[in-house]
Amino acid sequence: MHVVVFTRSTPDTAAKVEVGANGAVTWGDAATVVNPWDEYALEEAILQAKNAGGKATVIAIGPEFHNEALKHSLAMGLDEAARVWDSALEGSDSLGYATAAAAAVRKLADVDLVIFGKESVDVGTDQHIYQTARKLGWTTLSYVSKILAVDYAAKTIKVERLLEQGKQIVTSRLPAVISVMKDINEPRYPSFIGIRKASKAVIPEWSLADLGVAAPAPQSQVVQFQNLPVRNVQVEMIAGTPEEQAAKLVDRLLEEKVL
Amino acid sequence: MSAVYVWIETFNGKALNSSWEALGAGKTIAAAAGVPLTAIVFGENAAAIAAESGAHGADKAIVSEDATFNGFRLEPYAALLSKLVSDNKPKAVLAIGTARGRELLSASAADTDSSLITEATSLEVQADGAIKVTRPVYAGKIISEAVGSSAGTQFLTLRGRAFKPNPENAAAKAEVTTVPPVLAEADIATKIESFEEEVGTVNLTDAAIIVSGGRAMANNPKDAPAGAADATVWKAQDGFDNTLKPLADVLGAAVGASRAAVDAGYIPYAHQVGQTGKVVSPDLYIACGISGAIQHQAGMRTSKVIVAINKDAEAPIFKLARYGLVGDLYQIVPALTAELKKRLGK
Ligand SMILES: Cc1cc2nc3c(=O)[nH]c(=O)nc-3n(C[C@H](O)[C@H](O)[C@H](O)COP(=O)(O)OP(=O)(O)OC[C@H]3O[C@@H](n4cnc5c(N)ncnc54)[C@H](O)[C@@H]3O)c2cc1C
Repeated sequence: MHVVVFTRSTPDTAAKVEVGANGAVTWGDAATVVNPWDEYALEEAILQAKNAGGKATVIAIGPEFHNEALKHSLAMGLDEAARVWDSALEGSDSLGYATAAAAAVRKLADVDLVIFGKESVDVGTDQHIYQTARKLGWTTLSYVSKILAVDYAAKTIKVERLLEQGKQIVTSRLPAVISVMKDINEPRYPSFIGIRKASKAVIPEWSLADLGVAAPAPQSQVVQFQNLPVRNVQVEMIAGTPEEQAAKLVDRLLEEKVL
Repeated sequence: MSAVYVWIETFNGKALNSSWEALGAGKTIAAAAGVPLTAIVFGENAAAIAAESGAHGADKAIVSEDATFNGFRLEPYAALLSKLVSDNKPKAVLAIGTARGRELLSASAADTDSSLITEATSLEVQADGAIKVTRPVYAGKIISEAVGSSAGTQFLTLRGRAFKPNPENAAAKAEVTTVPPVLAEADIATKIESFEEEVGTVNLTDAAIIVSGGRAMANNPKDAPAGAADATVWKAQDGFDNTLKPLADVLGAAVGASRAAVDAGYIPYAHQVGQTGKVVSPDLYIACGISGAIQHQAGMRTSKVIVAINKDAEAPIFKLARYGLVGDLYQIVPALTAELKKRLGK
């Protein structure tokens, strides 16, 4: 049994991110972290592999700075890591990602489960997750908040999903691609020994040729990045007793026509 | 380039209201391209929902009613949508970016190797027919302008509450075509065992008004009963139920929370707003006892009017707020609830 989890490095959530003079996105010298949603995916991969006596591999697709997320993953306890990159993926869209990700999963034998964090906070999307599943021809189970049962021999899984209107319990055949929510587990912190081991790890880099696929022509592209429009709100502080504050606030909200 | 498709999301045989926003956005594209606006409706009550879609601006509707469509599963929906796209080559396929909308359009765009841009907050049809959109990236700290390829079908998911529905016209009718499903039950790998609906609560992402509570909900002046397992948690939960919820109820609002409140067990994760919770964009967001950390802002920064209630005049939330009330939320919130009851005549 083999679990594969995907991750990436994203700017620290507290970092100031802006568009630089050259039009590129910059976060200055702020650190990168594991994409916050992926911490839950990484933890779940470790747990699943451990429970089933299998192996957990973490993969990132992107240039070298994504090794930082991979090293963090190894330090948490993932068994192996690999990074996929190729100049042909420069400027690619989610179809490019999905093609590479599906090929990387196929390269690893015996994979029953692929786990993603709910979305990537840098690109602000989860589309690559579902597209990877389609390129593999596997089932998708998104927004998983609990894995209730899994049987790798019988190739079945039962999960709870957190949807807008409530909780859904669904069973599926394996292999499957799942995306997990924050609620699913408590991600562990890397141990001291884990960090030392990970810092020495040499992470293999796979090109598209290694994976036996070509990059598809991008169907969409980013034209430019923009900084947020300056928020012209001047805060109006409302003072008085709680009753006076309440009355004045209601006046304002009625004027704003938001009630 | 036969049409602009809009997937009408349904739940328990009813259309989600936000789907009408997608028809509104679809109309802009259909008008620019001079093609009909087509509602795509699968599942229970599809014919009735197609008729409603007509009243919300759809010229045509493609419907499929089959037991395999009941309670959304990706496989049967994606199989049929992908077939319709391959056969008819629509100019665009739109849906609201809910959990289901995102996975359906992503899957179909992958099946047909089409362009896909998600979470659009505005759109514009260029002279060459390509659709250019803006969308938030980096947790809303940056805006990305992206464009699809006009050579094929352009898939777009839309941020809820970012587009206006078309004016309703009860007399307008959509011309309906019925199609069969592509997959049979035996072809489908997933089975829905149960659905536990959260009843009586307003959905955060659809809400026009949200009242949120933070870690400070624990500063409830009420005493926890002797039997409470954890006095702090009891106080905070009581505060959400008996102080915040009544305010939300007079306003018809949804209840949100900060991560600190969720992680401490004061309220379920489904209510969390922020970078690792839900991204919301209501007309009015009332933050009660929330400091306004950057990760919380990531989920609510685009709210139209933000009200902050906090006992610390230096709290960062006041930098984002339109109205600031310094004081104890356990005094201000009940006063506000009483005032609103009086003024709104409830
Ligand atoms: C990777 C990552 C992801 C994160 N994702 C999220 C997310 O999705 N959502 C999120 O919210 N946070 C998120 N956080 C956490 C975030 O950094 C803050 O820790 C959190 O938002 C703080 O919650 P809070 O404002 O309720 O608590 P605090 O920061 O403790 O603020 C409590 C506030 O209540 C005020 N107060 C106290 N008593 C009263 C009273 N009686 N009346 C009125 N005011 C009172 C205080 O003055 C204070 O401002 C994330 C953090 C990280 C690192």
